Amino acid sequence: MAHSARRDSPKLPDFSLLKRLAKDQLVYLLEQLPGKKDLFIEADLMSPLDRIANVSTLKQHEVDKLYKVEYKPIVSTSDQLCFLIRPRIKTVKWICDVANADKAAGRFRRYKIIFTPQKFYACESVLEEQGLFGDVTTDEWSFYLLPLDDDIISMELPEFFRDNFLAGDQRWVRTAGSTLHLLHSIYGPFSKIYGIGRCSKMVYESWREQVEEEETKARQAEIGNVFLIDRDVDFVTPLCSQVVYEGLVDDIFKIKCGCVGFGTDATSDKNVKVMLNSQDKVFNEIRNEHFSNVFGFLSQKARNLQTAYDKRRGMDIKQMKTFVSEELKGLKQEHRLLSLHISASETIMKKKTKQDFQEMLKTEHSLLEGFEIRECISFIEEHIIRLVSMIESLRLLCLLSITENGLLPKDYRSLKALFLQSYGVEHLLTFANLKQLGLLVEQQPGETLTAMESKVGKLVNDKTAGKLTDAFSSLAKKSNFRALSRKLNLVPKSDEEYNLRVPRDMAYIFSGAYIPLSCKLIEQVLERGGWTGLEEVTRLLNGHEFSVTGNNGADLRANNDAPRIVVVMFLGGCTFSEISALRFLGKEKGYKFIVVTTAITNSSRLLEALLENHMRPVNT
Amino acid sequence: MMKTRTDEEDYWNSSKYKAFTFDDEDDELSRLQESKRAVNSIRGLVDDEDNDEDDMERVSWSGEPVGSISWSVKETAASNQRTDRDPTPFPRISTDVANVSRGHSGYSLSSLFKGKMKGGNFQSFTDSLTDSSVRLYAPELRKPKSEYKDLVSDWSPEETVHRMQQGKVVSLEKFRSLHDKLLLLDFSVSAHDGNVITAILIYLKRTLSKEVLFRELESRQTALRHFIHYLTETRDQKLLLDLLRSLGRTEDTVLLQYKEHLNISDANKRRDFLKSCVSLPFSADDLAHVQDHFTLLDRQIIMEATDGQNEREGKVEIFQKFPRKAPIHNMPLIPTLHYSCLYHYSEAQETFSSPLSLRHTFKISEKQFFVTALAARVKLKAWSDVDALFRSRNWLGFTRKKAPLGFHRVVDVLHKNAAPTQVLQEYVALVDDADLRISLAHKHKCHDIVINTYRDLKDRQLLLGYREKVESGSAAQKKIDELLENPQIRWKN
Repeated sequence: MAHSARRDSPKLPDFSLLKRLAKDQLVYLLEQLPGKKDLFIEADLMSPLDRIANVSTLKQHEVDKLYKVEYKPIVSTSDQLCFLIRPRIKTVKWICDVANADKAAGRFRRYKIIFTPQKFYACESVLEEQGLFGDVTTDEWSFYLLPLDDDIISMELPEFFRDNFLAGDQRWVRTAGSTLHLLHSIYGPFSKIYGIGRCSKMVYESWREQVEEEETKARQAEIGNVFLIDRDVDFVTPLCSQVVYEGLVDDIFKIKCGCVGFGTDATSDKNVKVMLNSQDKVFNEIRNEHFSNVFGFLSQKARNLQTAYDKRRGMDIKQMKTFVSEELKGLKQEHRLLSLHISASETIMKKKTKQDFQEMLKTEHSLLEGFEIRECISFIEEHIIRLVSMIESLRLLCLLSITENGLLPKDYRSLKALFLQSYGVEHLLTFANLKQLGLLVEQQPGETLTAMESKVGKLVNDKTAGKLTDAFSSLAKKSNFRALSRKLNLVPKSDEEYNLRVPRDMAYIFSGAYIPLSCKLIEQVLERGGWTGLEEVTRLLNGHEFSVTGNNGADLRANNDAPRIVVVMFLGGCTFSEISALRFLGKEKGYKFIVVTTAITNSSRLLEALLENHMRPVNT
Repeated sequence: MMKTRTDEEDYWNSSKYKAFTFDDEDDELSRLQESKRAVNSIRGLVDDEDNDEDDMERVSWSGEPVGSISWSVKETAASNQRTDRDPTPFPRISTDVANVSRGHSGYSLSSLFKGKMKGGNFQSFTDSLTDSSVRLYAPELRKPKSEYKDLVSDWSPEETVHRMQQGKVVSLEKFRSLHDKLLLLDFSVSAHDGNVITAILIYLKRTLSKEVLFRELESRQTALRHFIHYLTETRDQKLLLDLLRSLGRTEDTVLLQYKEHLNISDANKRRDFLKSCVSLPFSADDLAHVQDHFTLLDRQIIMEATDGQNEREGKVEIFQKFPRKAPIHNMPLIPTLHYSCLYHYSEAQETFSSPLSLRHTFKISEKQFFVTALAARVKLKAWSDVDALFRSRNWLGFTRKKAPLGFHRVVDVLHKNAAPTQVLQEYVALVDDADLRISLAHKHKCHDIVINTYRDLKDRQLLLGYREKVESGSAAQKKIDELLENPQIRWKN
């Protein structure tokens, strides 16, 4: 509401086509399996499936009963079983158990696994080992992309993050490449591709090879630019508390596949599931707003609504009739939405005051600024001692470590001990994972650095090693977050008043305290048309940046919006706050951003992904 | 906007869905493109043969060591095609990504040519190029395409990897020499396709002894990570431990062993297992934690035996008044202390279940102990114990209450454990920071504190404002009214 949009903002491509393609292919696959069949669907595929098809679509193609994959013996009486799953060894093993149990019982059925978005050899080898290869047939449903909103497309692959960044498993690289390829073949050809991060580079290469394998025709491009970014380029941003409305709703109520269940305390009656997207007119106006503006906006809306209702008074019959037929329905709809968001805001207020939210934000801001670190540490310490929340404690620890470039050994030891005492010694495993990812580390004294260098030196040839050594030695002296922050002006001076109603930059998404690094990089690179002038920055980020121009006969003439349409692909997830920041940036600079992400993430999802199975909260 | 029909067909044609029809009609095309790719890499190599260093540098990874293989198996005749008709408008990026991954995985290629194992030291690609042995061996690999391409199974390692990426049927059985197997692995790594890397690792696991496989993986970090992940997913704990041990990765090995305790649900068995973990070569810090883990569970089992029985028999009042929610096995230390403060508060330090004993055994800090005991005693509304907690720091005999953490935190603990307003008020008053004090007083409706503060500030406006917030007719409102009518006060507004 406060932002003044540039009038010539380009139009977004129509992504509903992606849904239609996915649906058509699913139908095709079901038709390949004639006759009645029971369909088992993996739990985390249910919501994505809901967004593109419904039960009647499935019924029309002879799906009899629907089950959720629960890793238990099945009760189906059907002669044909179809499994719609992610390519995971655990699930395939379960299916083998089912089939082998049937075999033992002398029961004959046909089994079909449909892997989405693709199958993996490792899964097929399970079938082979279990003696079921051939008895169980497999197919692929190339459902790569789910549009969650006009400008958000998700791959719905949250495991991408852990697999790629923690385990170092590149199984999803080609998947991401194919995703890009799909966008390219429908909305391309792209003319410029930028990126940063190891995975981004590999995805680019994979995509390029896939393009090479086929003929391309000159088309009218709808998407001109692509920016690929690895999540590990910027961990600070997803670890900060979200304070724009959509992000806050995600942090508190957990938005799943574009849909949120406002729990019992948000609405007066019962748990309501609501779709949150630009179709919701009220939500659309507040989603990108700093939370402090939301209440005022909602109450203003409520007053307007009251006035509109009040018009009824003193109407004659005819006017009343027009009112009812033309306005009432809209007003009622608005009324429903308003009360929904008002009560959601109430819940947010309640929860956040309970948690000393202000103090928490103050600590985060101090960490970002590098100010009063001792106070921050003692806040975190007490947070752990008071058993407030395991994930929040972990979040603050990681934020401390990244912003300070590691904890002092004595702080690391004492905070780790406190943490294990409060939340369980088995979190030794969590600490090992966080260390591996570089999220929570001990500061290395001088000589350990050389050990690090020699390790790096072993991995690369002389020339690159030399480059990296430079980078490391400079990183050792100053924290690279601080250095990046200074170079890119990520933390505005705190003495200036920041007007959250009329934001002047992307920092508004963090109350004016911090411009998200990821989005700042995107802004800078688009502005410069590449990485020129950002050498120092990329050095601090450990390189892996690229910028390539295609020479592809794309039709860029006459009245084409494509050059101003930018796909930003987050590998490893992005947050709603980042999406809000990009929307702001788009309005300021006349771009339209389309966010393509492996999944929507936030601090708790990111950290929970790094816990070992047994320790993850049950209801996520 | 609507897509034309042809666009859709484009999509279907290009999508993988074609792969499972096992339709190989496009082999001609893909072969052509493969040769093109090969040629692409040859150009660099050919230039290099001519001479200069700079050109060599340009031949950074992106398929070049790989290219040397394809160079040997492909025909060079097509070398002109690339510039004529290039379907990829986008350039390859010179990836130091690849350089790095190549760094651990690839250089053995060149050493293989020279017939020796590389061990720890690596050889840069530049070296291997100038090494004459490469040229010695490579021509032998060169065969005219027509000689072997008739058989579907006669794909080169690179072609095989490429076909696997496209989801086509391949046979790996013909790759029997270690050399071929490693070529497969290295090509898959350079293709950045984890699915194919794992597939080849599964084949290598089946056809190589683990000693050989482990040895080769040691210098191939990317492949190694895939293998570790694969073994983790298939829960091949034994092989994984063997692998980590043979790599000398002690820290990972012990953590993996320790992790196993999570799969043991029986408390006694889990305790015994943890006991055995204590002898693992953990780092000193971690060992202390694991030792504590064992000691704690051991203690919990003893406590649970007595408390469970007492609860069942109904002899001890506290268990009737505040029934336990669950057995205490596997609770972390601080929650266990909290439990002990609820049910065993007054026991002497000699008793295993007493808070003092826990505090002593596990070296719990004063702050931790204070916060935990406070929460527990407030929850039971044991106000004398609560007072005593503050008094015990007060050994100098002053009446002032002291706490090892800020009083705003104390208030928070009290509030979370449902302390009544009069108790809260007492502690809100002790908060040092005036702004914090007033905001806490507001939050917890400690009217006296708010009113007195405004009186001391002589702020009539704020007091009037607060009058609106308190219940009408309440004592607080009366007090405000009295103050407002008091002519002695010189209000500042």
